[in-house]
Amino acid sequence: MSKFKTTKTKSSPGINTSSLPDIIFMLLFFFMVTTSMRQNSPLVKYTLPTATQVQKLEKKSLVSYIYVGQPVDKALGTKSRIQLNDSYATVKDIPEFISRERQARNEADRKLLTTSLKVDEHTKMGIVTDIKQELRKVNALKINYSTRKVLKN
Amino acid sequence: MAKRPAPEINAGSMADIAFLLLIFFLVTTTMDVDTGITRILPPPVKNKNENVDVKERNVLKVLINSHDLMLVNGKPANVDNLTEKVVDFMSLHPNNKAYPEVQAKYIPELGKKVLMSKGIVSLKNDRGTSYQMYIKVQDAIAKAFNILKDQQSLKYYGVKYKELVDPKKIKTINKLVPIRVSEAEPENVGGGD
Repeated sequence: MSKFKTTKTKSSPGINTSSLPDIIFMLLFFFMVTTSMRQNSPLVKYTLPTATQVQKLEKKSLVSYIYVGQPVDKALGTKSRIQLNDSYATVKDIPEFISRERQARNEADRKLLTTSLKVDEHTKMGIVTDIKQELRKVNALKINYSTRKVLKN
Repeated sequence: MAKRPAPEINAGSMADIAFLLLIFFLVTTTMDVDTGITRILPPPVKNKNENVDVKERNVLKVLINSHDLMLVNGKPANVDNLTEKVVDFMSLHPNNKAYPEVQAKYIPELGKKVLMSKGIVSLKNDRGTSYQMYIKVQDAIAKAFNILKDQQSLKYYGVKYKELVDPKKIKTINKLVPIRVSEAEPENVGGGD
């Protein structure tokens, strides 16, 4: 009379966790993909100066960046160069750059555009002043001198 | 011979490994918070001959030359005590001729007239000044204005400026302590970039 096995011990079946790694991997890849390492590949070396009274730059989408520093490529000399959008530029290219940045934003945000100057600390002010004058000409008046935050200078 | 089924591989710890990787990524990737000193540039000058008359006593002249040396109102100065100097200059000294004029201004948020300094910090640098020095000076000036804002904030609201939450109050303090820094047109004295 052993048609129905009644003696079988009733232990709860183990939960299949084989898909758990897949889920975690998905999360991992999501993070790897979404965190942007850097927007532009830098063509200039820049070490930002330090300052104590810094503010956070808000609304990243409304910021356009201007990089100034020594070229990474040694063949181009050691004189400070300006980098706009993955290529070297001169001061004269700034108005066009700003107008293109403006075009890329919608109408309401255009006034709020900030220009972030990422300038190497050993740069001379001459080139920075030229940039500032160009920015003034095209009415891009809100600027941010990018700095590293320190507690005491 | 009967085929034996391949033994199942225990993948229980795989999740742990993946978690480790995930946490490593979470910790190491900085979200790259951009920080810096925000300034508004003066609008382009329409009429070059237009001279804005500012009284001598209302201006604190800060000059930096191409050797990163500083003059404050004609006297050699150091970045370390520039903050004090600016705070001292911009504070109210109603009956002292050596300090800027004061002016009573109606602040609608407070509903009364408040004495405000007419002082301006004028910053002038050479083309040969290093950016590092320029930022140091800007930082020192920004610090001075933050101290002044703290003073006003403590006076009217009893908390420091940074601890203010109400945007209206922040706006009021910003109105009470306008950042009056003018940057003169650049000059090329020291020669060379």
